[in-house]
Amino acid sequence: MKTITANRLVDGDVVWLGHNGEWVEFVEAAWVLGSDEDMASALDFAKAGEDKQYVLGTYAIDLELKDGHLQPKSLKERIRAQGPTTRLDLGKQAERHLRSA
Amino acid sequence: MYRYDEFDRDFVNQRVSQFEDQVRRRMSGELTEDEFKPLRLMNGLYLQLHAYMLRVAIPYGTLNANQMRKLAHIARTYDRGYGHFTTRQNVQFNWPKLSDTPQILHELADVEMHAIQTSGNCIRNVTSDQFAGAAADEFADPRVYAEILRQWSSLHPEFLFLPRKFKIAITGAEQDRAAVQVHDIGLQLTRNEDGEIGFVVFVGGGLGRTPMVGRKVRDFLPENDLLAYSEAILRVYNRYGRRDNKYKARIKILVHETGLEELKQDIEAEFEATKNGILDLPNEEVVRINEYFAPPSFEALPKISTELEAAKREDRDLALFSSRNLHAHKAEGYTSVTISLKPIGGAPGDATADQMDVIADVAQRFGHDELRVTHEQNLVLPHVKLQDVPTVYKILKANELADSNAGLITDMIACPGLDYCALANARSIPIAQEISKRFEEVKRQNEIGDLKLKISGCINACGHHHVGHIGILGVDRKGEELYQITLGGSADQNTSIGKIIGRGFPEAEITDAVETVVDTYLANRLDEEESFIDAYRRLGDQPFKEALYGS
Repeated sequence: MKTITANRLVDGDVVWLGHNGEWVEFVEAAWVLGSDEDMASALDFAKAGEDKQYVLGTYAIDLELKDGHLQPKSLKERIRAQGPTTRLDLGKQAERHLRSA
Repeated sequence: MYRYDEFDRDFVNQRVSQFEDQVRRRMSGELTEDEFKPLRLMNGLYLQLHAYMLRVAIPYGTLNANQMRKLAHIARTYDRGYGHFTTRQNVQFNWPKLSDTPQILHELADVEMHAIQTSGNCIRNVTSDQFAGAAADEFADPRVYAEILRQWSSLHPEFLFLPRKFKIAITGAEQDRAAVQVHDIGLQLTRNEDGEIGFVVFVGGGLGRTPMVGRKVRDFLPENDLLAYSEAILRVYNRYGRRDNKYKARIKILVHETGLEELKQDIEAEFEATKNGILDLPNEEVVRINEYFAPPSFEALPKISTELEAAKREDRDLALFSSRNLHAHKAEGYTSVTISLKPIGGAPGDATADQMDVIADVAQRFGHDELRVTHEQNLVLPHVKLQDVPTVYKILKANELADSNAGLITDMIACPGLDYCALANARSIPIAQEISKRFEEVKRQNEIGDLKLKISGCINACGHHHVGHIGILGVDRKGEELYQITLGGSADQNTSIGKIIGRGFPEAEITDAVETVVDTYLANRLDEEESFIDAYRRLGDQPFKEALYGS
């Protein structure tokens, strides 16, 4: 399982490619690419996102299921998806908490 | 302190306007990321894991209260309420928006600060002794020469596209607190037999994936030749330094591959052609810059403050603070106070906006409006009256800034690591926090005594692990963080590169391993006077290896 990630140009925020080519702020809303065709259209969306100056540095990452939740496979990508492990009040983990509150 | 003249002000303002326009063109799509990246890096703006990161220059680690307040304001207004002080004596903000950076740079320019040459393949911020101009063991203020080098190297047209980055450090005391021998150029102020001032010059020191101790190229470089000789070194490096391989592009590799003697000849030949020209340091300019760094008018005070001594008898914590965090001052009745940014379990080098404001106030009220950033990620009030120490301590303590651990095991260097940095392979901060908590007990820390522990989250070695008495390097081993220990490194006047002691340890075991190393030292030292590094140098690595891995 893969998805596409990038940083948003205006603020550098971590984003992932959503199902309809939009860019989403939480990894759980990312488009899980199951086939080569998915990947091909995702890469087209990614290029379009860069061309429109919305995101930069797009690349594919591996995802895995852990305890029933989808998460990035590598530690680096998990940290991007959550925030600093030493500052739970910062990054996505904090924003997620705020939104659900 | 140095104050901008018209020229400095104009050029910083020009750069801010240029960058403002570059950001505008990037956002509108006129510039691609490939075109914009070198421009933003020239202005200290990186893209890290979670966001952009802005690295602001603090020339030779010196700043005043007003500048510190501006950093607090930026942290509060444009960032997440804190800043991170670095081993390059700079400060980094971890969460700025691209769209806000021109405004941040405008605000910095208002207090004579900028982010120019904090990144890119150019001459970076010149670093120096945090006790410069204050230390009892100093015979000349290195900041005068650091400032001259700053002016020469800022936007130097010939040296903006070097093979790789270039770092210069300078110290004016016997005791090297600026790690000069692990810089591309290391300068140690000295005097010749006639009492004239000059420099011992080291070239080709550095850390990173190929750590090397700088080689001495001059026992005595006259003051007058500082710029001509520096220019000669840079020219030789610019001409012969490798551009084919990023990992072999630093001057240390050139020194290593060319050989010291040949390179020295190249430098001397270039110097012959350069000296007695425009780069001769005019004496009146040295005098002019010296005036900026004239010491504050110190009062005539007794050597020992009865107020402080009485307060110490009343308050054991203050006595402890005084024993670790005060440094001998050249003026009687004064001291330099280290403000530790290493609270137990904290992130080394981080300070909140509120703390920065408090520190600025203290500097203004009790410290002649001066502050320093140390390469060990602490702050310093260089000129404080001994009699004011109890009050200063009280204010610092109320703001969680009074950890009495300067130079102890919990006063460690740690890079941001994989929690923030795009280059890192492993986390550094959580390791620092665990070790800090393990050695929390004050008595135990003091029993261990002087010990420099340094942690890097990748081989680029921003955490200086190679020169830690105990160094820790985080690596990625098949997706798991693994931590290697090096022992015996040192970054003072007896610089040495630490040796890898054996296989690495997973995150869950690294703190135990450090404790084993420390316990082995305690069990084997001759007496309490023998420091960790001295014991290691006497014993070698065998007892430590045995304790860690069995025989």
